[in-house]
Amino acid sequence: MDSFFGVPMRALFGQLLVGLINGSFYALLSLGLAVIFGLLNIVNFAHGAQYMLGGFCAYFLLSKAGIGYWWALAIAPVAVGIFGIVIERLMLSKLYQLDHIYGLLLTFGIALVVQGLFLNEYGSSGLQYAIPDELVGGANLGFMFLPKYRGWVIVASIVVCFGTWFVIEKTKLGSYLRAATENPSLVQAFGVNVARMITLTYGFGVALAAFAGVMAAPIYQVSPQMGAELIIVVFAVVVIGGMGSIVGAIVTGFVLGLIEGLTKVFYPEASNTVIFLVMTIVLMIKPAGLFGTQK
Amino acid sequence: MANTPDPAVGTPLRVAFALMLAVLAIAPFAVYPVFPMKVMCFALFACAFNLLLGFGGLMSFGHAMFFGTAGYVCAHATKAWGLQPEFALLLGIAAAVLLGGAVGMIAIRRQGIYFAMITLALSQMVYFFYLQAPFTFGEDGIQNVPRGRLFGLIDLSNIMAMYFVVFAIFVAGFLVIYRVIHSPFGQVLKTIRENEMRAISLGYDVNRYKLLAFLLSAALAGVAGSIKALVFGLASLTDVHFSMSGEVVLMTLLGGLGTIFGPVVGALIIVGMENYFARLGSWVTVAQGGMFIICVLAFRRGVIGEISHYLKKPL
Repeated sequence: MDSFFGVPMRALFGQLLVGLINGSFYALLSLGLAVIFGLLNIVNFAHGAQYMLGGFCAYFLLSKAGIGYWWALAIAPVAVGIFGIVIERLMLSKLYQLDHIYGLLLTFGIALVVQGLFLNEYGSSGLQYAIPDELVGGANLGFMFLPKYRGWVIVASIVVCFGTWFVIEKTKLGSYLRAATENPSLVQAFGVNVARMITLTYGFGVALAAFAGVMAAPIYQVSPQMGAELIIVVFAVVVIGGMGSIVGAIVTGFVLGLIEGLTKVFYPEASNTVIFLVMTIVLMIKPAGLFGTQK
Repeated sequence: MANTPDPAVGTPLRVAFALMLAVLAIAPFAVYPVFPMKVMCFALFACAFNLLLGFGGLMSFGHAMFFGTAGYVCAHATKAWGLQPEFALLLGIAAAVLLGGAVGMIAIRRQGIYFAMITLALSQMVYFFYLQAPFTFGEDGIQNVPRGRLFGLIDLSNIMAMYFVVFAIFVAGFLVIYRVIHSPFGQVLKTIRENEMRAISLGYDVNRYKLLAFLLSAALAGVAGSIKALVFGLASLTDVHFSMSGEVVLMTLLGGLGTIFGPVVGALIIVGMENYFARLGSWVTVAQGGMFIICVLAFRRGVIGEISHYLKKPL
């Protein structure tokens, strides 16, 4: 069987792979958004900008200090995470008593500032970031050719997503986190420093975005606008999955990436819009999202 | 409540309205008329947005889709079909209302922050549609749209004629919004904003009110988008892009959320900044981001909101 509904198998698997790659990024980013939203009740519009910062961080480390990909994968999330913590302490923490809309607007403003500054300095064209030596090349799987780096991205994001899920759902630290999501004042009364937990959670969510940014650097190039449009797609993913759910964020991320890849094969004109279309349908049938519960 | 004379019409409100009319009447003789026309287009757009967020509590992050859609339809109707401007305007508004109906029915299924995310996502879908649709000419936009003759009589290519038509439409739109806010419908809308559960338990069909508010806001944004297309002879992707939605949020926030004149002042500041600092390029984006941050953290009442707070009178 060389073709499937008139589409060559190689093209089909190729697009599925692209879909799975995109899905990895959707999953990582929507996971970060879900973690932040769960505890802070803030939709982090700056997530796309923080993803971009991760990519740039990797680029700077390589071009200015000669520090390679693997170290960047560790350093960039920490650096951008600290940037996130500073934002949370200085700004976001002042908004918890207000309508959630203000958090959205504030982070939107932060995104504009960060993206504007980088645009001013580096222009809108992308900067190349080389694939690390260990992952150059690929493997022929018989039915398709798999570049090693792409395989690594998929595996790494699955591992990180699973790790995050495990920490939140299965460990003691995670149980504090879930309890604080339900009732912060009660958890505070038990002697847990909720304010610090909130700060660290925001830092962690931001670090996830930066991690995704580093992984994206060799695939999509590094550019100031790399996260600007992506964040809107991720919002749609989050609406489809239902904001409260960790598993929902991960699963919908991957599945929607695949759906997008399939659309590219069968009806390329709609590949930009298919996720928004799915969102519309889900909202008609189950307004709370596939994994969410209506409050 | 609805039958008694409106207590909100205080002296400051009348003075402010008279002042606005006077400034707008003098403006085309003092500065190049395109600038105040642009301000009025965006002011009406921001007022329409404010009707939804400031009085209905519904945060739409995709309002550019109505603004831009009306612009495209109006421009296409005049240029490709050769319609007179009044019919093109009506078609533009109708398109915005139709889109508003479709988007509204989907978006009002969720509240608060979800409403914002859904409208944003849907507007991005609309953006991609225009990016690919052949009649919009992609990145170039619909250019050199003729202004035509209004009612076959008034030649709009005369810039002063165009100015006073825009002026009349803006004031009419402004008064419509004022009327809506102070109508029984507006009162119910404010009730829903303050306490949706309470409104439901009082027997109001909340979703119908929300949808109607959404339609009204989309229609008025459509008016603004249509006249902008006529004034500039251009309908382009900029007007449907989500950054335009962000700009209208900023105008409203900066001027004063839920105030009558706030969006007008906000539009003046933002359009003025873009006009006179255009050569600074992306620094304008940085400045806008900074304004968002400052407004949210320290200046939530906005310019008019602060003045109104100081005077203890609604403005």
